[in-house]
Amino acid sequence: MTRYILQRLGYMIITMFLIATFTFFLMKFLPGTPLSAADKLSEEQQAVVLEKYGLDDPVPVQYFNYIVNLTQGDLGISFQFDNREVTTIILERIGPSMTIGVQAMIVGTILGMLLGLVSAIYHNGFLDYGSTFIAVLGKSIPSFVFAGILQYYVGVKLGWFPVALWGTWQHTIMPTIALAIFPLAIAARFMRTEMLEVLGSDYITTARAKGVNKFGVVFKHGLRNALIPLVTVLGPLAIGLVTGTLVIENIFAVPGIGEQFVKAINTNDFPIIMGTTLLIAFLFIFIILVIDLLYGVIDPRIRLAEGE
Amino acid sequence: MSQEKLVEIKNLKQHFKTGRHSVVKAVDGLNFDIFKGETFGLVGESGCGKSTTGRTIIRLYDATDGEVIFNGENVHGKKNREDLKKFNREMQMIFQDPYASLNPRMKVEDIIAEGMDIHGLAKDDKERKAKVHELLETVGLNKEHANRYPHEFSGGQRQRIGIARALAVDPSFIIADEPISALDVSIQAQVVNLLKKLQHEKGLTYLFIAHDLSMVKYISDRIGVMYFGKLVEVADSDDLYNHPIHPYTQSLLSAIPLPDPDYERSRERFTYNPNNHDTSEEPEFREVRPGHWVLCTTKEFDFYKKEHATTK
Repeated sequence: MTRYILQRLGYMIITMFLIATFTFFLMKFLPGTPLSAADKLSEEQQAVVLEKYGLDDPVPVQYFNYIVNLTQGDLGISFQFDNREVTTIILERIGPSMTIGVQAMIVGTILGMLLGLVSAIYHNGFLDYGSTFIAVLGKSIPSFVFAGILQYYVGVKLGWFPVALWGTWQHTIMPTIALAIFPLAIAARFMRTEMLEVLGSDYITTARAKGVNKFGVVFKHGLRNALIPLVTVLGPLAIGLVTGTLVIENIFAVPGIGEQFVKAINTNDFPIIMGTTLLIAFLFIFIILVIDLLYGVIDPRIRLAEGE
Repeated sequence: MSQEKLVEIKNLKQHFKTGRHSVVKAVDGLNFDIFKGETFGLVGESGCGKSTTGRTIIRLYDATDGEVIFNGENVHGKKNREDLKKFNREMQMIFQDPYASLNPRMKVEDIIAEGMDIHGLAKDDKERKAKVHELLETVGLNKEHANRYPHEFSGGQRQRIGIARALAVDPSFIIADEPISALDVSIQAQVVNLLKKLQHEKGLTYLFIAHDLSMVKYISDRIGVMYFGKLVEVADSDDLYNHPIHPYTQSLLSAIPLPDPDYERSRERFTYNPNNHDTSEEPEFREVRPGHWVLCTTKEFDFYKKEHATTK
């Protein structure tokens, strides 16, 4: 098992290196320069700025320097904010994004799973239709519409939570709810379908013949068998949420990474674009590794161990 | 035969609603008894309600009508949790498909021991383990198998696990729902012999559901033949094979192939035509020979008696 994980970590490093290389050269093909008002600066002034950021070197040299710095954990200095390290900017920004992302993921998944379970247990009953309705709504209403509704009714009319901005935990509530709707809908639909299939299988009949009660049948025999597809879809979804969602962050004025990312792209702030891309890529492959390990925990048939 | 009745099935009905106005009468008025220590074979074509009968007896389905009396108590009446638990312990089931009927996410040990956990039969972990190991050895597996998962076993081994699982709570009555039809022919005999051995050792009573007539004859003391949700004939297995009375049974028996070319050359297949029956009245279950019951009308009864009552 340890060997497997080490092997996977090795692949991760190679993947990260390839992604870094690829994005670096892609960026060099982007039109425009990081200098926002290039025409107002004299040739000499431009040369000074370019030299400061190492942009006057030939591209292979720039690439070499970037990779060397990267291996030392140095992502360079932002172009937009004078002399600020990309690492600190990202670390500042990732906090709020992760807070609402993780909260939304937890709330959405748990509620969605419960909804799906209820649907499956009371198949074709009133509760099933009710939860299906909620799930369809959650999947079809865009999160920004929902965010607006929340802001107006819960924020302005009822005044329960602050409408926007960032600070206390109350500020996190509404963005969390707005974000949680989508994973909730997905989890509910998957849970329902999978659970229905599992509950119809022979080993569930076996369990009932053993005398296992209804609760035990669903939670002990059913749940684990129904979880695999859910983990598969929710993993990538989680990365999207944790690394910041542009729209929700903008609507609620959350100082998150998504908002920062777009700003960086608009201003050709190469180091920030690179840094954010690498961070998202890292989280992505890391979560995929976690999911693969989780499969083994959930389903012994996919366990990757070579002997005990 | 004046043995003690373990299970009495009285007018058992199981109807499924398939639409607003259509009802499938999977089991439609069954009457038969199973005596203590015997194996009662239930045969019939696919879809005739054999499995449904088994599942209704063990309460996986709630019966539409009728009674299942087990050890003198009605199984389908209103019951409290304690009674149900006791009943669950006495009656166990072995399922048809050993690939699908074991939970793939549980270790063999937990699959077998789950029944014991429910009924609190093992005091501690050590005793639980010891019992699982003993059960595994009883069914011809080793104790090393306890820590594995179902997918690591072959079909025959899996069915043995299914049997060990059923035995875990020391039942007196086991419903075997086509326990061998999903297995390779060479493995079928092993499993059937294991079931026979266990019956001798533990004094078990079986309801053996199958469609393989030769296998049923081999294991059963008495056999019931089902056709479209109804029993058409019940008799001792030898008597049934030597003197099939109901035309459907005759048709079934005539369909068994034997590895004997001389016999095969002259084997005559009877086809059963349900329209040939006397329809002047509702058929009833009547005893044509001692211990040999057939579903027939009075007219048919007289005819059968004349034909079969005297022949030995």
